[in-house]
Amino acid sequence: MSIESTHSHDGDTHDAAHDDHDHKPSGFLDRWLFTTNHKDIGTLYLVFSLLMFFIGGSMAMVIRAELFMPGLQLVEPDFFNQMTTMHALIMVFGAVMPAWVGFANWMIPMMVGAPDMALPRMNNWSFWILPFAFTMLLSTLFMDSGGPAAGWTLYPPLSLQGGQSFAFVVFAIHMMGISSIMGSINVIATILNMRAPGMTLLKMPLFVWTWLITAFLLIAVMPVLAGAVTMLLTDHFFGTSFFNAAGGGDPVMFQHIFWFFGHPEVYIMILPAFGVVSEIIPTFARKPLFGYTAMVYATASIAFLSFIVWAHHMFTVGMPLTGELFFMYATMLIAVPTGVKVFNWVSTMWRGSMTFETPMLFAIGFVILFTIGGLSGLMLALASVDLQYHDTYFVVAHFHYVLVPGAVFALMAGTYYWLPKWTGHMYSEKWGKIHFWVSAISVNILFFPQHYLGLAGMPRRIPDYSTQFADFNMISSIGGFIFGASQLIFVGVIVHCVYKSKQAATGRVWEGAKGLEWTLSSPPPYHSFNTPPVIDSTTIAHAGEAH
Amino acid sequence: MKKQNTFIVTAAVTAAVIAAFWLLLAAPGYTGNEINMTRGVTAVSMTNYQLHMVVLWICVAIGVIVFSAMFVSIALHRKSKGHEAAQFTHSTTAEIIWTIIPVVILVAIAVPATSALVQMEVAPETEMTIKITGFQWRWKYQYMEDEIEFISSLQASSNAARRLASGTDPETVENYLLDVDKPLVLPANTKIKFLITADDVIHSWWVPALGWKRDAVPGFINEAWTEIMEPGIYRGQCAELCGKDHGFMPIVLNVLPRAEYEAWVSQQRQEMAHEQSQVERLWTRDELMELGENVYAAQCATCHQADGQGLAPAFPALAGSSVTTGPVQDNIDVVLHGREGTAMQAWSKMLTDSDIAATLTYTRNAFGNETGDVVQPQTIARIKNG
Repeated sequence: MSIESTHSHDGDTHDAAHDDHDHKPSGFLDRWLFTTNHKDIGTLYLVFSLLMFFIGGSMAMVIRAELFMPGLQLVEPDFFNQMTTMHALIMVFGAVMPAWVGFANWMIPMMVGAPDMALPRMNNWSFWILPFAFTMLLSTLFMDSGGPAAGWTLYPPLSLQGGQSFAFVVFAIHMMGISSIMGSINVIATILNMRAPGMTLLKMPLFVWTWLITAFLLIAVMPVLAGAVTMLLTDHFFGTSFFNAAGGGDPVMFQHIFWFFGHPEVYIMILPAFGVVSEIIPTFARKPLFGYTAMVYATASIAFLSFIVWAHHMFTVGMPLTGELFFMYATMLIAVPTGVKVFNWVSTMWRGSMTFETPMLFAIGFVILFTIGGLSGLMLALASVDLQYHDTYFVVAHFHYVLVPGAVFALMAGTYYWLPKWTGHMYSEKWGKIHFWVSAISVNILFFPQHYLGLAGMPRRIPDYSTQFADFNMISSIGGFIFGASQLIFVGVIVHCVYKSKQAATGRVWEGAKGLEWTLSSPPPYHSFNTPPVIDSTTIAHAGEAH
Repeated sequence: MKKQNTFIVTAAVTAAVIAAFWLLLAAPGYTGNEINMTRGVTAVSMTNYQLHMVVLWICVAIGVIVFSAMFVSIALHRKSKGHEAAQFTHSTTAEIIWTIIPVVILVAIAVPATSALVQMEVAPETEMTIKITGFQWRWKYQYMEDEIEFISSLQASSNAARRLASGTDPETVENYLLDVDKPLVLPANTKIKFLITADDVIHSWWVPALGWKRDAVPGFINEAWTEIMEPGIYRGQCAELCGKDHGFMPIVLNVLPRAEYEAWVSQQRQEMAHEQSQVERLWTRDELMELGENVYAAQCATCHQADGQGLAPAFPALAGSSVTTGPVQDNIDVVLHGREGTAMQAWSKMLTDSDIAATLTYTRNAFGNETGDVVQPQTIARIKNG
């Protein structure tokens, strides 16, 4: 496969040397099953997460179809609970997290000037664990005792009422955790050891920074989750009483342990999104990222705060007043670094020379809609009012705003942004824009009414509701069906770009793009940088603010 | 140029349609579904409503400022208009300003938020105590001073209509899913303490009009308090996922003026005395079968199904089961004490001795079980009291 034809950019001293050593494995199994190549593994992660996105999404369609009108029309309540539980587990652990690892695999070596990830064989293993983990998790739906139905939070004692299939759920979570930890070790080792000479920490692209911090979060909290679910396992099958009050345990202790994992986990899903958006906005504003150093510190502050706010998920369990005050104040503080980020993005756009290609549209959609989710998060931080908001659709609306038009929009923005680089072809800008507008409108029809439902008193995780909630549930469901269907456009655009597109991408791809990845050809050579690139301030985005 | 115009038109039309859509629903004349938090009927709920509105408007203001700056930039600073990109990269002054201003706003919010929390959590001297116990999937209420206790379950009409493909339009059921057989009756203008716990899994007791919810955790007792200012009917629901019928365990408060409440209490005490005398007499088989059929439909059929066939795998069939056709003693034991680790509860805590005896008689003779056994209420009372 020739890639010379697409060379059209400056600073290109690496590729010619590579082409001779481009040893792609020839057989299908050799190429994909035994691969140790960061790009192939990145592709595997991305394809896997897209598949999971549709599996988890089809569960959401079942949920929204049952909630389309009052009364039970389609599924029994127990199956409904399996759907809400599985939807969350699949989307969190199967779609968003592996997608970010896919981006990390593809982009980090190219962004720091490395030939590959630091630990290529472990890289293979950390991906190939996932299909087995999720096959095991999904198989519980077909077992006698059904899939997990106690919510993705797995609160005991309810989760312990699950049948034999619960063991499979726990082992699947263990495997996902092992995969995440190995992926994180790889990211940290690559970033800390394999940067090209001259690529100092404070010259790294923000996506690399956010992933470095995310990787530390993952290593810190995935073992905590593993411990929590292991104690559930022994409580369920071996008669221990970690969370059984009758045996001297405490069901609330599980919630503390779970959310000590769970709160950093939500930042694990959003920090790389901050990174991607911080790459895209400067490119299409043709202007350097505003406040690069502040962005790095803000990301680190958010990561630190994420460890001391966990009990804001538990204001209703009966904590002492001083505990509630501490967690309320700490949670409110998160608004400060998050605000700094939003202000910096807006300032980056300010007085730029903007164009609005699909990646930029998704990035702007991200900033606006993520901010709406952030603001409702501030409302939820207030402990006394949270005793009204808690466990209602207001919370569902809040976290879907930060996760769907938040994390998922950033994933789509990143996909459109780097797809020409990955494939060597341009995607269809027209269909990309259609995908954006249909998604952006329908996602609001889907989630905005859920704020109203929650405030009016509709609890979350219920399969049926009183007739006073009928109107907004129907609107929300209609939005959900449109949003779900419009994601088929996304698949269409990707498939077209990979297999059909005739428009070759240049190395630079975007007029305003800066960073080492754009100095490579599109598609890049199989091994990114066999000799370290020379870092000069015209090719990288952050040559240091002082200059 | 034409492309950029298309963009502006698409964006403007989208924004206008969405804005009009929401404004229409939020307009004062709108008579459809409720869209905001209730003000409620307690001092705490009103404080929470006010705090909610203040913070909501602060958030709206922040949103308007940030998004306006963005939209101005999007409108003006575009390449198609020939705008040249400035190359400024940072401003420490700006970073300090937009760190300090949010901190000031947060402190301003934290002051009322703290006093609201103190108001809620620091209970005054209370005049009476209600113990609330969550079960899968009903609530038990105990009046600690008056020794009244009862179970409150979903109203039968809702319970029938909510079955999968029941054929009943929920719109035709009054207070669909928000009505119970026996509401919690409380006096108005009285400081009431609640002791909240659960018997099986975690539930959460929530009546929005009171302004809070509190988790019911098995093995632990949470405290809360209220003083309801206006008599009336107030409805709520369980707010913590507690299994398959989590959506079907509503809470209804019937708040009465003090005098009417006192009258209700004495009537309840008479009924309980009458119930006691019923336990001591011998019942006929027909009486037991009739009561048993009713209790079974209200309490047992949710899991074991009206025809006794159960719902595999979690809820076993009673028709032809080794328990309902085996020794009576073992059957009584299961019903009284439940089955650990399953949804089968210890019914001795929830049903009267007559109800339990009647249900046992019914299940041992219905669904083709034909054991011919008759279980008397006094037998249950004797076993329960050792």
